[in-house]
Amino acid sequence: MSSRKAPRPGFVLDVDSSTPPILFHHGEGFKLERLPVGRSRVIYPAEPIRGIEDPDQAIRDALENTIEMEPLRAHLFKGMKLTIAFDDISLPLPPMRRPDVRQRIIEAVLDLAAEAGVDDVHIIAALALHRRMTEDELRHAVGDRVYDAFAPSGKLYNHDAEDPDGMVMLGTTEHGEEVQLNKRAVESDLTVYVNINLVSMDGGHKSTATGLSGYKGLRHHHNVDTMRKSTSFMDPENSELHTKNWRQGDVIRNAGIKIFQIETTINNNTFGESGPLSMLQKREWEWTPRDRMQFVAMNRSLSYMPTGAKRKIFHSWQAPYELTSVQAGEIEAVHKITTENTYAQHLVPVEGQTDILTMGLPYVSPYNVNSVMNPILTMVLGMGYFFNLYRGKPLVRKGGVVIMSHPTPWEFHPVHHPSYIDFFEQVLAETTDAEEIEKKYEKKYAEDEWYRHLYRTSYAYHGVHPFYMWYWGTHGMEHCGQVIIVGGDPKAVRRLGFRPASTLQDALEMATDTVGPQPTITHFHNPPMLMADVT
Amino acid sequence: MIAEQLAGKRIAVTGSTGFLGTALIERLVRSVPDCELILLVRPGRRGAQARVTRDVLKNDAFDLIRNEMGKDAFNEMCERRVRAVAGDVGTDGLGLSGDDLDLFLTADVIIHSAATVSFDSPLDTAVEVNLLGPQRIANLCNDHGVTPHLVAVSTCYVAGSRRGAAPEQLVDESPFFVNVNWSAEVDAARRSRLDAEDASRTPERLSHFRSMAQKELGAAGTPALAAKTESLRQSWVNDTMVEGGIARASSLGFPDAYAFTKALGELALVERRGDVPVSIVRPSIIESAWSEPRPGWIRGFRMAEPVIISYARGLLSEFPGVPEGVVDVIPVDMVVASIVAVAARGPLDSGPDVTQIASGSANPLRYKNLVDYAEEWFTANPIYDELGQPIAVAAWRFPGRGRVEGQLKRARTALERTDNVLEKLPLRGRMAEYATQLEERKELLDQAFGYVELYGKYAECEAIYGLTNLLALWDSLDEADQAAFGFDPRVIDWKHFVQNVHLPSVVRQARAKTTPGKKTGPTRPQRLRKQILSEERQMAAFDLENTIIASNVVTSFAWLGTRNLSPRDRMIFAAKAISQGPGWLALDRKDRSDFLRSFYRNYRGAPVDQIERDAAELLSDYLLAKSFPAAIRRIREHRALGHRTVLITGALDFVVEPLAPLFDDIISASIGERNGRYTGGMVGVPPTAENRYQAIADYADLHGIDLRESVAYADSASDLPMLEAVGFPVAVNPETKLASIARKRGWLVEDFQKQAGAPRRPLPLAPRTGARSEPMTTRLMSAYSTPARPKTRR
Repeated sequence: MSSRKAPRPGFVLDVDSSTPPILFHHGEGFKLERLPVGRSRVIYPAEPIRGIEDPDQAIRDALENTIEMEPLRAHLFKGMKLTIAFDDISLPLPPMRRPDVRQRIIEAVLDLAAEAGVDDVHIIAALALHRRMTEDELRHAVGDRVYDAFAPSGKLYNHDAEDPDGMVMLGTTEHGEEVQLNKRAVESDLTVYVNINLVSMDGGHKSTATGLSGYKGLRHHHNVDTMRKSTSFMDPENSELHTKNWRQGDVIRNAGIKIFQIETTINNNTFGESGPLSMLQKREWEWTPRDRMQFVAMNRSLSYMPTGAKRKIFHSWQAPYELTSVQAGEIEAVHKITTENTYAQHLVPVEGQTDILTMGLPYVSPYNVNSVMNPILTMVLGMGYFFNLYRGKPLVRKGGVVIMSHPTPWEFHPVHHPSYIDFFEQVLAETTDAEEIEKKYEKKYAEDEWYRHLYRTSYAYHGVHPFYMWYWGTHGMEHCGQVIIVGGDPKAVRRLGFRPASTLQDALEMATDTVGPQPTITHFHNPPMLMADVT
Repeated sequence: MIAEQLAGKRIAVTGSTGFLGTALIERLVRSVPDCELILLVRPGRRGAQARVTRDVLKNDAFDLIRNEMGKDAFNEMCERRVRAVAGDVGTDGLGLSGDDLDLFLTADVIIHSAATVSFDSPLDTAVEVNLLGPQRIANLCNDHGVTPHLVAVSTCYVAGSRRGAAPEQLVDESPFFVNVNWSAEVDAARRSRLDAEDASRTPERLSHFRSMAQKELGAAGTPALAAKTESLRQSWVNDTMVEGGIARASSLGFPDAYAFTKALGELALVERRGDVPVSIVRPSIIESAWSEPRPGWIRGFRMAEPVIISYARGLLSEFPGVPEGVVDVIPVDMVVASIVAVAARGPLDSGPDVTQIASGSANPLRYKNLVDYAEEWFTANPIYDELGQPIAVAAWRFPGRGRVEGQLKRARTALERTDNVLEKLPLRGRMAEYATQLEERKELLDQAFGYVELYGKYAECEAIYGLTNLLALWDSLDEADQAAFGFDPRVIDWKHFVQNVHLPSVVRQARAKTTPGKKTGPTRPQRLRKQILSEERQMAAFDLENTIIASNVVTSFAWLGTRNLSPRDRMIFAAKAISQGPGWLALDRKDRSDFLRSFYRNYRGAPVDQIERDAAELLSDYLLAKSFPAAIRRIREHRALGHRTVLITGALDFVVEPLAPLFDDIISASIGERNGRYTGGMVGVPPTAENRYQAIADYADLHGIDLRESVAYADSASDLPMLEAVGFPVAVNPETKLASIARKRGWLVEDFQKQAGAPRRPLPLAPRTGARSEPMTTRLMSAYSTPARPKTRR
């Protein structure tokens, strides 16, 4: 790695006549689009910063040299109850190559635990109301060794927020927010939380207060009002979501629950610096003839493939992410460092807002790993995640237009997203108004017995999850005057309350209805991940 | 004055529930205020009086007088003047007894208008009603020594198919009459019914009916097949009798059994009239009213209407006929008036008299003109198709009957061939519905064929019916009577009648779409869905395979079977399963429960605890991936409405156990277990075919559920017993047989699909499970290693 050149920071390119067509993600495919000269700019992410050369050593060091807390070994003793909770399948995106950071950390923690003679260890996927992880997914995250040692005896398992005997109400915050937590974590002498921070939203108290909680706790911050006040939820300083999570974290701490937080950051090396997809994270004018050929060949073959096959190919991609930092100790202190490290990779300074924000949406979002990116997830990826990847003010001005490129097929994974199907067919058919949806339908879906059954025994997101997705997009949707999806299934796009366009040019033309002629355009270049620091 | 002549008289009427009868009663009630009416009706389930109220007095013919008098006064008057007696002209003594008989015998006039007017009624039915009916009335009167004036309504067509003049003379006075003995014809008709019944019971025929039933229903179970076989046999007997009637009628020069039996009926009446004075009134083809009770009034769908509507819908582009030929049509109100006039005039001393009421000789409507008027009118006022486009009518070319029949026959043969091929293909859902559309076309063709066969002769008939007696009667009336009881066919302006009176009425009657644009309001499926999802329903029963989930017992077994196999063993398993597949499939088609019995033996020796553990995974990995989300949503909607939801399936209990939260109850098959392993033998009879009916009936009984208020969802004709048992059957993605049954019976058809985007699994193999890692290598972590779960094989 040392032979690599120093990574270049992200920057903003003003589009002129010499700018080549810009790469847009478009679901399980790509598009090269020309942006209007003279009034468009493209925000490019920084190149992947260098990874740590010996991650295992770095992890061991972090467990010894802890932050505002005793080293891990000081908390371990014979006869204790130890719980290791880890981030679920939604992190990182796409999944990383083996060995996963979580496996490295869990093995290191287990080594120390074994040394101290700890034998009551539970390992829990802290998935809140996400779907349970399958055997293969768990094996990928924690490694076969850990899996085979713990899973058969029932000591490695998925968090179950609907287990009537498995959840505890810890009390309420001074603002009346209830705090609910996994019973095993509550009863443990120590809970070690193993985190991967992909974006600045992750980690901190959110790991436990959300990851190990359930509907009763989550509903206090996963709601329309909180999301309206989170500007953005990617910026912990200005996020009501985080404020409330932090308040719940206080309640957890005050209840005497000891949490040892291990947080990691990874770089944004999503498609590799060499290999078949490496051109995707290069700047277009730096593509080599070989890159160009590979891109054309790939796009051509993708166009002949059925969606299912394309999906399979893309979802089998594992990113060569590298660990860039690991820090352990007290949650808040640890998370401060983590956030800085995340920003170091992601933040790109941008001056001023734009009339139209364009983005190409990829095939994967946090909630469709090994699954289908359904229309609701398309919305949330664009209007929830990408829109909110800003600090300061949104990239697009108030009343501006967001144009996203994605095929948005009317497709759902029947096992993973059963309540999404019904939400799309029944709720959105009636209204797209988040407040009304929350008032009229949330409780019904959240307490539905069939969804609860599927969440607990199958691999389904909780019945209420599509609502959270819709709330996630509230801030973005209320901020924008119009949302257009290019190349989407018109029926599905309209159901979302957006407008379909067949080409980017059409979409830009349609946008002038809202923002007037000759609008300024900013393209949010992805991959890999970036966060705009808008001044 | 007619009204005065009939004042204070009691008039008995048969056939009052028919088209002519209703008009007749209305006219008598309205225009002869001082007469009393005795209506002889078959009592049906409700009783004679209720039938008269419901089927006669509530008819819109009475709107005029009802509005004039006010509802209460009208009802009061009817109560006073109109009385019903229960009887049947098809039985000797008219089935009258007691007070009804006494009342009937007090009549001063009896107007007999009851008849089997359908041109394709079975010979013996036509004989009983049309031939024997009139003379039965005469016999009854003679037996009791009363002599009311009997006015018998017959038909002009008793003259037979002939060209030229057909004057008002008794049947046997005609030079063309072929002398037949009517009572011999009665015996022959009754005997041929017995013969047909016998013939339908030969082993060859019975096995033919059975195989037809099987072809239609598939593996629906013995009782359902038996019921279908019997109904096929009965309709065969019926068809044979219809054919027999047509054959006998044409052998004697009549267009059909109707005209034939009517002719012999006149003969029999005249012969057996005894002391009863008889008048015969012969209308030609009766159509909608010229002016009373209102222009265009019509009841029911009569002879010409289906033809006209088929023409307007573009289904019938050719109809045989002679362009210059006369279509002898007469408005119903003129027929009524002439009957009343004959009744008022009273019998003639010279013996039975004949009055013909027709238009052909005095004011002919040419076939060509009729067609021109219709074409012109439908071009100006088209009927619209479902998409809201006007349907253009075809230009009529007046081909011969042979040519039209030939064309239709060829079209039908081609469709039949396609149909036979389609039937053999394993179609489902939308494709199966296309097949039923083809079937619909075939039926329409059959219908067109039927019209041509039946009515073609009438369009080609060139007899001219004399009206001497009618016109003499007309001239004898004073002006007031002529104004009140108009029956002079010469006043009819045919163009006006066809375009302004008859066609608008027919189109209204047919409820054809007469405005452009798409239909507004709920569609039929939407209406049915609303009924099904009404709070009044009590239970919703669901089949599993292809109704909720696109999977079957074989694939579930394969999944469970491969769950714990090594990769090599999985391949062997798959190969074995594929080689056995066709055999299983064949057995399944023949008898579902035999198949299940034999197939479930595969589970012999499987460990119970492991299978139960794996079943939950089976749901997620396989069943839900193949589920129809719309079906699951529907189940939940039923539950939310408080209906009892029941899954009824031949699948095994442990396979469907994970679906339990969807249902109040699950009725499934189960296999025995011994020492923690399955025996492979079934416990009890699996709920398939007729057993499914039994299971659901027992269940309903146990929970006090009314099956008529329940809904059932299923995909195949083998579920027919269950679907038929409930009040609201729903065919889900039906295969061809069920699709066709559902269409015929107007059942709701749902097209539930697998979720777009669902993972595709060509082979139902389970993902791998079990230990994969090498033994612990790290020094300390091995402390946590536990022995891997022992691999179980069966």
